[in-house]
Amino acid sequence: MDWTWFHRFGSPPHFYRIAGTLIPWFAWLAALCGLAGLIGGLGLAPPDYQQGDGYRIIYVHVPAAVLSTMAYAAMATAAGVGLIWRMNVAHAVAASCAAIGASFTFLALVTGSLWGRPMWGTYWEWDPRLTSELVMLFLYLGYMGLRGAIDDTARADRASAVLALVGVINLPIIHYSVDWWNSLHQGHTLLKFAKPSMPPSMLVPLLLLMLGFVLYFAAIVLVRARGEVLRRERNARWIAELLGAPS
Amino acid sequence: MMQWLAMGGYWMYVWPSYLLTFLVLVLNVGFAQRSAQRARQEALRRTQSAAAQQGRS
Repeated sequence: MDWTWFHRFGSPPHFYRIAGTLIPWFAWLAALCGLAGLIGGLGLAPPDYQQGDGYRIIYVHVPAAVLSTMAYAAMATAAGVGLIWRMNVAHAVAASCAAIGASFTFLALVTGSLWGRPMWGTYWEWDPRLTSELVMLFLYLGYMGLRGAIDDTARADRASAVLALVGVINLPIIHYSVDWWNSLHQGHTLLKFAKPSMPPSMLVPLLLLMLGFVLYFAAIVLVRARGEVLRRERNARWIAELLGAPS
Repeated sequence: MMQWLAMGGYWMYVWPSYLLTFLVLVLNVGFAQRSAQRARQEALRRTQSAAAQQGRS
């Protein structure tokens, strides 16, 4: 297999350029998927036979929750790549994931809480799914705090990468918590290919919104990562050329 | 329309969820753009001062 693309991606100017090209595509596709999903979810999808219109929280809760775990996986992967191949661009991407991931973890927790109140009768329960998601919020915050506490960027990269990788253990716990323990949280709805638990009129808007959230994440991470890459490059000639300054 | 806004009596749970989601989406865009903007300005200052030093020497 040809690995040049991988090494080229590790080159800051190349990454900066490619990211700049990709961002508008991701952003527009995200807006399109999000809008279509909203129209489907809030307008066209029928009410649930048990939860009435209250189930419509699913269209923001599930995409937020899925994204919160995906962002963590992306952060840990980038941190691992940065650690193993000493790739500065990968560390920049990892650092860019944290704040976004933390905000979506928070969003998943609050929307879940707002959904839990009418359906379970409580805003919060120390349930395995809820607790493991809360642990992930603390992992994100710990990662950001650790980075903020170390002035030397290279050391901050290495230390936070180790923390991110250790925290990966939490991802399968979140995912399988509804199977392993007797959870208040409902079981899997989507990852049952044999027979999804939703009719297409409910499922399609949800899938569109999930796709929209993922594309949105890709766009925002790249915006942040471009800034991170600039911060890490000390007086590189390409920055001077890029910004139009005399070099 | 009113019926739709009422969300079958669940409006006080459904709409805050959507509002908060909207806020998180907008704020993430704002913070990311501000962070990238600042990085660009800092980089510009750095490269310009480096160029000025080169000019002096």
